[in-house]
Amino acid sequence: METIRVHSIESFGTHDGPGIRMVVFLQGCNLQCIYCHNADTIPLQGGTDISSHEIVSQAIRLKPYFGTQGGVTFSGGEPLVQAKQLIPAIEKLHVHNIHVAIDTNGTIQNSFTKEILQHHADLVLFDIKALDAEHFKSITTHTLFEAHIESIRMREQACKPYWIRYVVVPGYTDAPHYIEALCNFVQPLKYVEKLQLLPYHSHGNHKWELMNMQYTLYDVEAPVEAYMQKVCNILSQFCRVEIG
Amino acid sequence: MLVETAFKSGVWTDTIEVKDFVAQNITPYFGTHEFLQPPTHRTIHLWNICKQALAEERQRNGLRAVDTEIVSSMTAFKAGYIDKEYEVIVGLQTDELLKRAMKPFGGFKLVQRALAEHGLKPSKTVTDYFEKYAKTHNDGVFDVYSDEIKKFRTFGFITGLPDNYARGRIIGDYRRVALYGISRLIEAKKQDLSSIVGPMTDEVIRLREEVASQIKALEEMIEMGELYGLDLSRPAENAKEAVQWTYMAYLAAVKEQDGAAMSLGSVSSFLDIYIERDLQLGIITESEAQEYIDQFVMKLRMVRHLRMESYNQIFAGDPTWVTESIGGMFIDGRTKVTKTSFRFLHTLYNLGPSPEPNITILWSKQLPQAFREYCAKVSIETSSIQYENDDVMRPSTECDDYGIACCVSLQELGKQIQFFGARTNLAKTLLLALNSGRCEYTGTQMVHEIPYIDSQYLDYDVVMKNFKTAMHEVARVYNEAMNVIHYMHDKYYYEKAQMALIDTNPKINIAYGIAGLSIVADSLSAIKYAKVKPIRNEDGLTVDFKIEGDFPKYGNDDDRVDSIACEVVRMFNDELQKLPVYKNATPTMSVLTITSNVMYGKKTGATPDGRAKGVAFAPGANPMHGRDTKGLIASLNSVAKIDYEYAKDGISNTVSMIPQSLGSTLEQRITNLVQLLDGYFSFDAQHLNVNVLDKQTLLDAMDYPELYPQLTIRVSGYAVNFVRLTREQQLEVITRSFHKHL
Repeated sequence: METIRVHSIESFGTHDGPGIRMVVFLQGCNLQCIYCHNADTIPLQGGTDISSHEIVSQAIRLKPYFGTQGGVTFSGGEPLVQAKQLIPAIEKLHVHNIHVAIDTNGTIQNSFTKEILQHHADLVLFDIKALDAEHFKSITTHTLFEAHIESIRMREQACKPYWIRYVVVPGYTDAPHYIEALCNFVQPLKYVEKLQLLPYHSHGNHKWELMNMQYTLYDVEAPVEAYMQKVCNILSQFCRVEIG
Repeated sequence: MLVETAFKSGVWTDTIEVKDFVAQNITPYFGTHEFLQPPTHRTIHLWNICKQALAEERQRNGLRAVDTEIVSSMTAFKAGYIDKEYEVIVGLQTDELLKRAMKPFGGFKLVQRALAEHGLKPSKTVTDYFEKYAKTHNDGVFDVYSDEIKKFRTFGFITGLPDNYARGRIIGDYRRVALYGISRLIEAKKQDLSSIVGPMTDEVIRLREEVASQIKALEEMIEMGELYGLDLSRPAENAKEAVQWTYMAYLAAVKEQDGAAMSLGSVSSFLDIYIERDLQLGIITESEAQEYIDQFVMKLRMVRHLRMESYNQIFAGDPTWVTESIGGMFIDGRTKVTKTSFRFLHTLYNLGPSPEPNITILWSKQLPQAFREYCAKVSIETSSIQYENDDVMRPSTECDDYGIACCVSLQELGKQIQFFGARTNLAKTLLLALNSGRCEYTGTQMVHEIPYIDSQYLDYDVVMKNFKTAMHEVARVYNEAMNVIHYMHDKYYYEKAQMALIDTNPKINIAYGIAGLSIVADSLSAIKYAKVKPIRNEDGLTVDFKIEGDFPKYGNDDDRVDSIACEVVRMFNDELQKLPVYKNATPTMSVLTITSNVMYGKKTGATPDGRAKGVAFAPGANPMHGRDTKGLIASLNSVAKIDYEYAKDGISNTVSMIPQSLGSTLEQRITNLVQLLDGYFSFDAQHLNVNVLDKQTLLDAMDYPELYPQLTIRVSGYAVNFVRLTREQQLEVITRSFHKHL
């Protein structure tokens, strides 16, 4: 049986999709965002191989907590690195009537990711890193901007619900022209249920050190609530926004 | 008002049966909290005085005032008031707010010690009387205790027993005074007495004596009412009187007794019947209705008993356990939620958060959704309430009129009582199994017939066999102590006021308990799934354990270890079921530590799970701090596996989480908390304490207690003012697993 490389499983997730969710953090990411708070999930090696059967049986134990809204979220890392292995897991979860969300950066494009984004996922949480290629590269250290945006278009065309998440990092992602670009981007979208503004936090710094990786945002402070609210108000004119 | 014609009649009209009155007359409420009113100016005025008095109490080392002349009774003190003209509900335990009273029949030495700690002593008259003429519960117990019992007590195998304080846990059906008036209750008790006839065996003599003293207590209760100008001999005639009469009945109990937990029962929906009627008649407004409840609750918050400092180790924060159970369903499928259920919860806003009364929600999937959401909101904003699973308890006991005594113990109101028995240290019992029956600290031989283990690594089957022997012996000694305690408590400190409000021959539970379950489960798991090498000192006693390899830990929804926890509960309960009990009470068992988990930890050496000597246990049935690594729900699922049928006195679980972990907005947090409770209780779990707090707030409160006088935190089965815990206990609370996944 095919297995999925898992970093860890959180049984009580309330921020990665609606309701109470089992969040499966997959090991491995194709990007390396400068503000990543789960740096330990970046390397493609490591993690524990878990069968989709095992994931499903753990989810079934948690089902009474899911209610009408909750379910399972595959996050990471970048879950779509393992898109092929995820498909049977999602199918099995659906047999048990469990809602499945995918928390992705949308930069990987192949027949499996396409199938998941257009068809299998009940909800997709797109982590928008940036809205132009140059900014995208400065945040992620990669040049996959086109794919990043194309995935959202694909979901939109499939007429299926999704959320957009944007991390507000003072001095890095909050310049007025970035926010304006975000406004322009979300305005025409029809199937985006909400935009989640995630305030940058430094809780994950130590993970970079543990990984012997260079963290560059030491001087950045978390945005204060009033500031987040200000950004939220601007975007609220174009889309439903929540500070998450 | 003639009560019989004002309300729908039924069985209750002819016999003393409050349950039937409630069932016939209740008005279930399905709406939201929007009807609730703010406190009246009278309530605000009184609460300001109380807050001032509470600040003085903290400044004076926890004792604002005490009377050293008068031995407390229902009528010993003249009427006391906070500020009479502002009080719609009156009555204090003594003649002054937060003034404590001596109740020496539990044990005179304890009263002396409690006073001495504040540089005081009882008056000469009182001292002479108790030293020369009277005998107390404590005297009686220690006259009879065997050397063996004393040994098990001294070395910390069975601790916290109510042998040097009053047992409590009995809930009088305080509603009876309001519904029937005391004259009618006296009449009924007199009838009972006349039907208890010879042959005059021990039991018959004892019961006749008990009922006779109940009748005297009822007469004294009428006199107590007269001190406040109230005629308690007749039934309450309106909502205000119903609240007042019910409170007077409870006040009689706490003037006469200082039991560890003196719970209220389930009065809110009973009172709602009167309130609803007066509102319908246009006699009162919603604001007045709330005022009655606010002022009643304010009085309950001011209940105090005189305690020694050492008492704080087992019951930290000066709790009184005025537990009020709210909600639940009738067996016929109707809800017991009324507007007054909301009014009680609303006191946590009108008066601010508070540990007392210990508000306990009887949770059911069938409760009205608006009420469930309001409870979640209150939890998130005050951390002051706990939840117990009505969907498990109601069918299991076939009863829908019950209250929770203390933390987690079900009691059928007016029909059942409980003999409280603290708990045994099961982790220390496990160490007996590894040390040929000797105490791991002192080497004292506690249990014979346990062979010495000389193998390099511990063998699961050998350990289990020894552990069974140890449990068998500890249970035997524990049972002996319990029988002595309750015999003596009945004899020297009988709860005549409370028992007068309970049927003459009630059902009785004897409530045993265990501490250290998670440590025992993890230790046995380590022995089974890893390799555990005991390290012994020159006397052959274990001082440490070396663990090679990993092992499954309780708290991660892993059946390999959770099944061990369940099995241990079943095994010890089975041992207890075999033993003869005073008054033929039914043995029950709890998995509950209150705050004694810190003290138990101190008295217990290193354990095979890797816990170092002296480290605090996890509270109740909680997994050990930091070992539940898969998140809150996996942790809850482990605890939910413990079978209520083997621990019918309750299974306590306390969770702490930061607000953000429940969701981003208040609305999401409410939805998710309701869902969390539904999920947990769908697995037939029994109890959950919910704290929604930032760790930083607690750290801050340690440094600046004066800024957090009302900061409330749920501990094992009750709540405390965080600032009234000892520093050690505060640190223990802070090191607990805070679920904070974002």
